Amino acid sequence: MPRPEAISLRSPSAPRVPSLALDTLWVQVAGTLCNLTCRHCFVSCSPTNHSHEIMSLAEVRPFLEEAESLGVNDFYFTGGEPFLNRELPEILKCALRIGPATVLTNATLIGAARARELRGLVEASRYSLEVRVSLDGVTAETNDPIRGEGSFEATVRGLSELARVGINPILTVAQTWSDEEDHALRAGFHEFLSRAGLSRPRVKVLPLFRIGREVERTRGYAEAERLTEEHWRGFDPWILQCSTSRMVTSRGVFVCPILVDAPDARMGRTIRETLRPFRLAHGACYTCWATGASCRN
Amino acid sequence: MPELNGGGTERLGPGRILELSGGDLEGGLAFLGGPYNNHLALRAALEDATRRGASRIFCLGDLGGFGPNPARIYPLLEEFHVLTLAGNYDRALAERHGDCGCGYTHPSDNAFAQLSYAYTNRRTTDRDRAWLDALPLGIRFARGGRRYLLCHGSPRRINEFLWESASSDGFLMRLARDAEADQVLCTHTGIPWQRTLPNGARFVNVGAVGRPANDGRPGAWYAFLPAATHEAELVRVDYDQEALAREMEEERLPREFVETIRSGWWTTCLEILPAKERGRGIF
Repeated sequence: MPRPEAISLRSPSAPRVPSLALDTLWVQVAGTLCNLTCRHCFVSCSPTNHSHEIMSLAEVRPFLEEAESLGVNDFYFTGGEPFLNRELPEILKCALRIGPATVLTNATLIGAARARELRGLVEASRYSLEVRVSLDGVTAETNDPIRGEGSFEATVRGLSELARVGINPILTVAQTWSDEEDHALRAGFHEFLSRAGLSRPRVKVLPLFRIGREVERTRGYAEAERLTEEHWRGFDPWILQCSTSRMVTSRGVFVCPILVDAPDARMGRTIRETLRPFRLAHGACYTCWATGASCRN
Repeated sequence: MPELNGGGTERLGPGRILELSGGDLEGGLAFLGGPYNNHLALRAALEDATRRGASRIFCLGDLGGFGPNPARIYPLLEEFHVLTLAGNYDRALAERHGDCGCGYTHPSDNAFAQLSYAYTNRRTTDRDRAWLDALPLGIRFARGGRRYLLCHGSPRRINEFLWESASSDGFLMRLARDAEADQVLCTHTGIPWQRTLPNGARFVNVGAVGRPANDGRPGAWYAFLPAATHEAELVRVDYDQEALAREMEEERLPREFVETIRSGWWTTCLEILPAKERGRGIF
């Protein structure tokens, strides 16, 4: 598939983020396959995008074990849509034996049986299993133009199934609104969750990354949106997740979950060989720096 | 900072870590965190530790926020010769930050955090700030052949949360190894727990004195380590929470905070809780 131009623009003077530790391992268990085709998706996931493939338990397990040997704290499972991976429950079970885990889903494939299965995993583990559900509006009118026709209703059904088994998801929202509207919209998402039967609403707002399909929806990064040594001076690298995490896909180990379409972001085949500095040459690096955003919960 | 008893020594080492030695460290020790201005709970915990024969009492930081009348905390720390290290809240006050930097996503949580920081900030004198600024960031000592490290959040970050359900064994072993410690005592989350790791290292989150542990029971939590053992006891102490609630009302602190003091359930800033800890509460 064509790579958006914004990704290939590189800054020669970009600072390098050190690798401080492996606190978090991300695993793209569903590859770039998704049952939705969201218009802001920074990895352009869709039912037909095979840039990264679904990973089997046998492929994932060695990475979980390698991460454990490196003293990893927690795991995040993403895609695409992780529930397209039939082995997801087994993968989660395997991860939860090592540490806490989070699964990032659109919840449209979560019916009563899957919700009960998740509940079983929660109860069997001494570590937390977090379920993060993506949504971009509190009505079909605001959500579906971004996430696709009928997706609002399907996600709300999934949220209700989770609520029914006592799982309290974290709603993840991409900030597609202006800063002026921020306060009201955040409050709106909390109210929406309460109405959906989730009495203890949790919401995480993520910035938009101007890569992948978002380039067509709005725009890509401008030349000026690149990090320089000037930006880096006095900045605490700890704030950036790339200092303490890596992302595994079917194609290898990448610096972070955002840049899996950038050739230079693939750092190696094993986690250990990727624990070295990375040049923050991408527009997305600028977004993380400017917003202090972390993909963590 | 109070004088050390028992003829020991103290030295502020690299990274502002206070290194201690002395015979009294082999006795019973008490570790408490997060007084959050709750001077009645703090007194109750200090008296309880004294009754149990603590030869030293340590406070792991976060003196202010949440409760009423910050000035009532300092004299208690002095009276009981409490060796104190700085929490993130104490650093924010020492450095005159405009807010506590909690950065919640829920607008009302942010408003509560801002309000309680502003309340404490207004009542913190220049002298208090200088005292807070001089506090060490960690305390180390050897006891019974084990290396102890006392910190606020985690051994590596003052504001890192170590929750029971969100900290893997492997991660905690790595933190202890990197910090060259066998026994780590921390606070910052407000909910106590302890775990012995497969390699024998031990983590104790001492919980908080100033705010109940979101379990429906009002009271203060701290950790007591009897002489000649490395196994801490997590202690819950009753105090006159009704008197504190009334004092908070007089100070016009938020109703939600007062409710937590009376009920033992957290009512605000719940989003930091991992799924398991959140699931145990009622809000």
